[in-house]
Amino acid sequence: METRFSFGGDDHLVGECSEQMSFEAFFKSLAAMRAIREAAIDGVTELCGGNASYMVRFDPDVIHPNDILREITVIDSVIDQSEPVLDTRIIEVPAYYQDPWTHETMMNFRERHQDPSATDLEYGARINGYDSVGSFIEAHHKSPWFVSQVGFVCGAPWLYQMVDRDRQIQVPKYIRPRTDTPQLTIGHGGAFSCIYPVRGAGGYQMFGITPMPIFDPAQVQSYLRDSMVFCQHGDIFKFKPISREQYDEDMVAVANNTFTPKIREVHFDLREFETNIDAYNTKLSGVLDDN
Amino acid sequence: MTIEVLKPGLATTVQDLGRPGHYHLGIPIGGAMDRLALRSANLLVGNDEGLAGLEVAFLGPQLMFQADAVVAVTGADMPILLDGEEQAPWTGFSVRNGQVLSFGYLKTGARIYIAISGGVDVPPVLDSRSTYLIGAMGGYEGRTLKAGDRIALGAAPASRAGRCVPESLRRMPKQPAALRVLPGLYWHRITADAGQHFFEDEWQVAPEADRIGYRFRGGRAIEFVDREPPFGAGANPSNVVDSAYPYGSIQIPGGLEPIVLHRDAVSAGGYFQIGTVISADMDLIGQMQPHLPTRFVKVDMDAALAARAERKAILAQIRSTLD
Repeated sequence: METRFSFGGDDHLVGECSEQMSFEAFFKSLAAMRAIREAAIDGVTELCGGNASYMVRFDPDVIHPNDILREITVIDSVIDQSEPVLDTRIIEVPAYYQDPWTHETMMNFRERHQDPSATDLEYGARINGYDSVGSFIEAHHKSPWFVSQVGFVCGAPWLYQMVDRDRQIQVPKYIRPRTDTPQLTIGHGGAFSCIYPVRGAGGYQMFGITPMPIFDPAQVQSYLRDSMVFCQHGDIFKFKPISREQYDEDMVAVANNTFTPKIREVHFDLREFETNIDAYNTKLSGVLDDN
Repeated sequence: MTIEVLKPGLATTVQDLGRPGHYHLGIPIGGAMDRLALRSANLLVGNDEGLAGLEVAFLGPQLMFQADAVVAVTGADMPILLDGEEQAPWTGFSVRNGQVLSFGYLKTGARIYIAISGGVDVPPVLDSRSTYLIGAMGGYEGRTLKAGDRIALGAAPASRAGRCVPESLRRMPKQPAALRVLPGLYWHRITADAGQHFFEDEWQVAPEADRIGYRFRGGRAIEFVDREPPFGAGANPSNVVDSAYPYGSIQIPGGLEPIVLHRDAVSAGGYFQIGTVISADMDLIGQMQPHLPTRFVKVDMDAALAARAERKAILAQIRSTLD
């Protein structure tokens, strides 16, 4: 897997690990970011991780673009030999599927959808070969997801489903983007799920909503005191389906700043994962069942 | 030590030089779109260059001063009125407690920067007072100003009115505007022909032009090289697997209308980019009005670095002029 480099103007260098999304490309991006951070190159101002790519921001007054290209190329070229392992955290994310708020929004924008006569979940279930919305929802929360990129606005996560490619859910985005999406909508577009950190425009199909804030500029939520953005590149998310009652209960906790997501440290090994994905996921998600 | 907002203008926000370092989380650098104009305004009133001032887009506010201050207005050409009396642009002037600062209609450019001795004092968020509207953070309660707002000022430095940035050091877009672009990123996605006419065509700034990005229309559609869509990219030929967007990068969704990302950029997404506006020309975008004819000018890295050095030299000259 050879990374393609290109400059974004005179102060960004972008490395594309692969044109297509894959666990390998994502891991290469993670490893490159780690190695570049450790190299502590003078003039590097910020590293932005991508799904299958990464971006280095630099100050050309400190380091010449040719020099940074040379240094990053060398670092990148030795990544392939490194072990595809990751020490990260797994987070249980409550998911209220088929909630009334995303439903109302989707009805307001039905004419922008591929199939105005179906809901986003009905459409997603059908084109992915599921016989019911229920089994489609189950597929969405049964396996964990990698936070394969963070950004867009206010720390939105791109979520890459941790199953083999044949089973990964894929849906097109709305034909024309909506001008509104409820805050904390769980959406899906292309091969990625996401959570909308704030209310706003959006084109992803809407499957549900989470009560768990992932962006808090006032930093009043206990788990957001260190960073107003919750998601980190390389996190693992596991959705837990919840009822309306549980959603309301969680929302009270959020209002009182007492909501605490379940978070556990985990070690991930891509080789073991790919040997037996389902068994590995069961073990991985099992750490969330310990209390 | 406050200013009362009598009328807010169209989109007036508190901005400084931004909050670098959080773009990887989707929190953009923000800050003044025209950095050179804000720096100049601050220097004119005796402030540090990076203090917060007001960025005013298209339509000026009406501000009642409740303290004596030195004020400077830079950037776009918009008549500056103090109790109705016209003041010189790019020049520090004294304002007394009780006086009202207002503005005439915008002539050229798009944004003025108002610096006040002492700077605008709002609580810093992630070490910056810049307003990030989508995140409803920073600035004055995370939003554009409204009538009735009372803006606090910092402790004023010793400063004097009357200093001026000479016209030769004021940078504004020409007509048509020229934005220098380093081709790259996903340049290989488009045909050679498209790569040529992108730079030949005259574009106009579209009405959708704000702190996040500037959209352009009027040029020919961009044709793509055929491909099998890579897994995860999406079926449209303008789609790529979502990746980080450089500031200034030019995406062209569907091959139709180029969008140049600016200070409040969305940090990542799934549209290919044809290249990037060079750092030296980012300020100019902040001064472009809707409908302004615009040409994209192809440059190489050496030219981009030379332009960067030139812009730095202008700033150095402004500093020494006002020292």
